[in-house]
This record gives sequence, structure tokens and C-alpha cells, in this order.
Amino acid sequence: MKKLWSFILLLVIAVFAVACSDNASGSDDEQKLEIFSWWTGAGEEDGLNALIDLFQEQYPDIEVENAAVSGGAGTNAKAVLATRMAGDDPPSTFQVHGGAELNESWVAAGKMEPLNDFFEEEDLMDKFPQELIDLVSKDGNIYSVPVNIHRGNVLWYNKHIFEEHGLEPPTTFDEFFDVAEQLQAAGVTPLALGDKESWTASHLFETVLLAELGAEDYGKLWTKEIGFDDDRVVAAAETFVRMLEYVNEDHSSRNWQDASQLVGNGDVAMNVMGDWAKGYFSNDLNLVTNEDFGYVPTPGTNGTFMVITDTFGLPKGVSNPDDVKSFLSVLASVEGQDTFNPLKGSIPARVDADQSKYDQYGKDTIEDFNKDELAASIAHGSAAPEGFVTKLNQAINILVTQQDVEQFIDSLVAASEEL
Amino acid sequence: MTKDRWMAVGFLMPSFLLIVIFVYGFIGWTGYVSVSNWNSIVQDLSFAGLKNYIYLFQDYRFQADLRNTLFFTILFIGLIIILGLTLAVLLDKQLKGESIFRNIFFFPMALSFVVTGVVWQWLLNPSTGINNFLQTFGIQPKWYTDTNILAGFQWGKIEFGVPVAIIAVVIAAVWQMTGFALAMYLAGLRGIPEEIREAARIDGASELYIYRKVVIPQLRPITVSVIIIMAHISLKIFDLIYAMTGPGANFVTDVPGVYMFETTFRGNYYANGAAIAIIMLLTVAIFIVPYLWNARRGSS
Repeated sequence: MKKLWSFILLLVIAVFAVACSDNASGSDDEQKLEIFSWWTGAGEEDGLNALIDLFQEQYPDIEVENAAVSGGAGTNAKAVLATRMAGDDPPSTFQVHGGAELNESWVAAGKMEPLNDFFEEEDLMDKFPQELIDLVSKDGNIYSVPVNIHRGNVLWYNKHIFEEHGLEPPTTFDEFFDVAEQLQAAGVTPLALGDKESWTASHLFETVLLAELGAEDYGKLWTKEIGFDDDRVVAAAETFVRMLEYVNEDHSSRNWQDASQLVGNGDVAMNVMGDWAKGYFSNDLNLVTNEDFGYVPTPGTNGTFMVITDTFGLPKGVSNPDDVKSFLSVLASVEGQDTFNPLKGSIPARVDADQSKYDQYGKDTIEDFNKDELAASIAHGSAAPEGFVTKLNQAINILVTQQDVEQFIDSLVAASEEL
Repeated sequence: MTKDRWMAVGFLMPSFLLIVIFVYGFIGWTGYVSVSNWNSIVQDLSFAGLKNYIYLFQDYRFQADLRNTLFFTILFIGLIIILGLTLAVLLDKQLKGESIFRNIFFFPMALSFVVTGVVWQWLLNPSTGINNFLQTFGIQPKWYTDTNILAGFQWGKIEFGVPVAIIAVVIAAVWQMTGFALAMYLAGLRGIPEEIREAARIDGASELYIYRKVVIPQLRPITVSVIIIMAHISLKIFDLIYAMTGPGANFVTDVPGVYMFETTFRGNYYANGAAIAIIMLLTVAIFIVPYLWNARRGSS
């Protein structure tokens, strides 16, 4: 009998050993530096790989693992990240948007190490614009290192189409609807949208919202000083619905790349997308800036800059914090930023980066960033916590098909309880 | 107890323990989370009562999910049974090269739902695939991007009726799973002794009549098995829809599985997500429990 029980015990132990061996083998490669991101598209992947190469040149002894998870502008990666963080198995460092996505979730949950000492040691305090430092800080502590700045409110347009029809890119909504009308009359679809994943529609909506409210009042939405039942929010929703009359019919089966491709190929005239679309145009479609495609701020947002910043931080409980800091220091260096950003289509987060490395779009954007009023993006998690973003995406999805502005405002007001 | 019995208990114990912990224990944990306030990354297990459930049943998206699941399940199982049975009857005719046909029809089963989803997403994309061919006849269905609801009327917050977009998903799912029903029915048909048919023939019954009155009634237990197995697949389907359409415009192709994933892992609403998971478990239980009950009564 005794034998039998010990046999059973052995079996149970064996099964548990198998179940746990995953963790055991995890500790073997603790020297590996695991870089977690969702950069798998052409421009962004090139940027990341160039950055990793640069890091390997300076630190050949540290083994790097590129743990990128593709899909859905990061939504898949965020899901993987959430499970790993919950299971106390954080990657060495991970991509996170500055703002609420960092501060209201990971920092609030106590999962991040403060990096104040690192910023002091590396002499970084005055190398980033104060607004960016604020985006990655909570309660006086800095929690991550910005690698780039993306602009969200860009209207991309196909230059050939605009030249052919003798049109100027619109800067106000009056001009936009005027241009759209003319294009539609000429048989060209005016605006490209790919809202298979609804964040692209949210992205379009937030630029309209920014135009209606202006940067300052737009910011007050997130501090609840202005409610979502404000007249201007309603007006933004109405303008958004009106814009939908001019989008491609198959928008719900396309993603943002497919939609940008329509503009690149000359099937559709305009597209509202962040400047990762620039990386896509240049790197994937081999289009030439200001020759094949042009750019202006989205209607009504001249002088404002919708900021999206990718940052990397140091999670609590990683086994190789020094290696991570080495990576962050390369990431924060002028060389690191100028290696990464020209390929990704974004501009450097550092104020002292080498502007000659960037094409005309980059130069213009750097200039705009320095003089424009800044606003934080909702669709990309900077302005509001992930919970609100999810509910906004749902409400937008319904709005796009039902076009019921009143119901949309109701759901936004309900969702704003999450703020 | 005899030594044999002890041995039997001993061999069962490890898997018993594992299932108690990893199946029932985790169901219990999910149930517990579903009545908590844990709706952000910061864990909060304080008791919330039925708040999460009440929220769900008032939620536009979840009501749409229940509608979609209902029609998806009906169409999916109905078509699988009809197609599976028809193909099995045709194959049962002892034709040459039967095994080739059997393999052709059974092969999609070997694919993952994710692969099926991606392939059919391309095929049924309104601007490529099948539509390129259909365009030459002047028709251009919108497939899974269609937001129309057939025979719809307002029910709760949603329009209740058959969502046209679901049909595209059903096509993909049926394509994948018909082989399974075919194999089940074929085995069933082979199990019916030829003598019975012979006897009926001698009595002057036509082939059609034999199928209607003799063969198909005998296949009832198989139909029940097919329904049970397909029902639990269709009620908790996730991968096919996630890969093929996602929630779809106006949530016409959304299902609780996709909603659960997005709520939990994108919105970090862990308690809401757990509530969806529990509701999914209950809907599957509606099919499985009577079946288990029946099986137990039958065997004792």
C-alpha cells in the first residue's frame, strides 16, 4: 500500500514539475534582454531592428530577444502584456504610450520602477520637452523613456489626384466638405477609412473633437471640467457623421494600412492617420514625400499637435535591470533616436536630435511640435485609461453604422465615469 | 476494498486532482471574479453583487452578441446536419474512390479555425475574392460587412433578426465542420444492417421511402451527438470570428467569446469579462447538462 501511495505522490509531483518547468527554463535565460513591442509592420520593424543593431554594437555581450506581437495597432500585444504582468513574468522592457496608458494602469498598479535616478545619471532631464516628461511621470516620479513623437492629426492626401482636379488640401471643415463634394462629383472617393479595428474611427473622431474644442478645452474633457454632453462634442459627432458620407464603402473590411494604401494607389484622395502612415507610404509603397503624397494638419487643427509618444520603461521584478538600463540609455541617446525615428516615420523625442537625418515631413513636424499647442490622443491611450478607450471604440463602432449622435453622446457620458 | 480497487482509485487520483483544481477550481474563481469589483489592472476583489451581470444584459453589444450567437448556432447546426447527412447518404452508395471523397470532405477538419477564418476573410472580402467573380454577373454582396438585419424588430436595445453578416461566418464554419458530421453519419449508415433495407425492398418500398422511414429515424442518436458537439463549439466560438471579422460593423458578427477577450484583455475589465465567461458556460450547460442527465439515466 505504501508503495502505491508513494507512486501516486510521484505522479502528482511529476505532473506539477512539467507544469512548472516553463518557469524553470525561464530563469535559465535571465541574461536575455527581452524587448516587447508591437512593431512588426514595415517601417516600425525596420526602426526597431536598426535600434537593436545599434545596441548590439555597443553591448555585444547582452543577448537581445525581440518579442514583438503583431496586430491591431498594439491591441494584441497589450493583451499578451496584461497576462504576463498579472503572472509576474514581465518582459525586460516594453513599449507603452506615454500618458494614461502608462500612468493609470502600470504605474497605478505598482508594476513599474521609477527612473528618476536614471534620468539624472544620464543627464536627460533637460533633453526632453517638459510636456513629454509630464506624460511619463506620475506623482513626481518618471517612469519611462520616450523614444519618439508621433503626430495624430495629419491629413494625408494624394498629390496626383489633387493636381488633376485643381484642388487645394483643406484646412477647415468648410474647405474639407467643399473639396469632398468636388471629388465625389468627379467620381473619386474623397476620404479613406479602414475601421475593421474601430480605433481608426476613434482616431478620426478625436481629430474632429480637437478641431471643435481646441487643445485647451479638449484637455479639460479628461479632467471632467467639460462634460461629454457639451454642445461642441455634439457638433464634433455631427461633423464626424457628415464625413462618413464621403468614405470608401468597404471601410469595415479594411485596416489602417489597407486604407492608407487606397490613398497611396490613387483610389481615394485623403486619409486621416497618424504619421506611422508616412513610414508606410515611404517604406512599403515607395512613395516620395511631397511628390506622391502631401500632408496638412487635419481640418481645423492648424496650430495644435496631437501627441502620441512611444516609451519604454523598467518593470518591477525583472532579473537584469542593469541590462535594461543599458538599453534605455541607447534608446535615449541622440544616436539611438536618430537611428530609429527616420525609419519609423516619427520625430525624435529629444530636443537636440540631428534634424538633417529627417526628410521634409520630419523637419516640418519637428518645427510644428516646437511651436504648436499639444493635445494627448485618446485613441492611443494617452489621454484616458484603457477602460474608457474600449468603451469609446464600442460607441464609435455603433455610431459609424447607426449614425445616431444622441445615443453616441449618451454612451460617452456613461463611459466618462471611467475617467 | 480490494487491492484492485485501490489501484483504480490511485490511477484516477492525479487526473482527478488536476481536473478539480484546473477546471472546477478555476470555474469557481471565475465565478468569484465575476461578482467582484475588479475592473482595472489593480486587483479589487471586493464584492459587487450582480452589478457586472446587470450591466451586461443592459449593454447594447452584449445583447447583439446573444442575438448573433442564437442565429449563428441555428444556421450552423442546421446546415451541418443537412449537408453532412446528404453527403453521407450520397457516399454510402458504395461508389468507387469513396475514400478519396471522404478525405476531401474531412480534410478541412484538420485546419485550425484561425486558418479558415483568414482564408474566408479573403475569399468573402467585398472588394476581392469571390466578389471579383460575382461582379461579372452584376451582383456584389457585402458579406460580413453588411449591417442589415433580416426580418428585424426592436428588442431591448438591438434590432432582433438574422444579421446578414453572420451568414458569411456560417459559410466558413460549415465548410470546416461538415466533414465531421459526414463521418459520424457515414459510420451510422454503415451500422444499419443491410438486411433491414432488403426486407423493406422486398416489401416494395422505394429507396426514398426506405431512407425516410427506415434509415434516417435510426440515425437519431447520431444527430443528437452532432447537435451536442456542434452546439458547444458554436456557443463558445472565438478563434474563427476573431480571425475572420472581429466584432464587425455595428457588432453584427460579434459573439460573447470575442467580447469577453476584448473586455478582459483590452479594457482590463476583469470582472465584466468573467461575467461574460460565466454566461457562456451557462449557455453551453443548457445543452450539455440534459444530455449528461439522459446518459446517466440510460446507463443505470
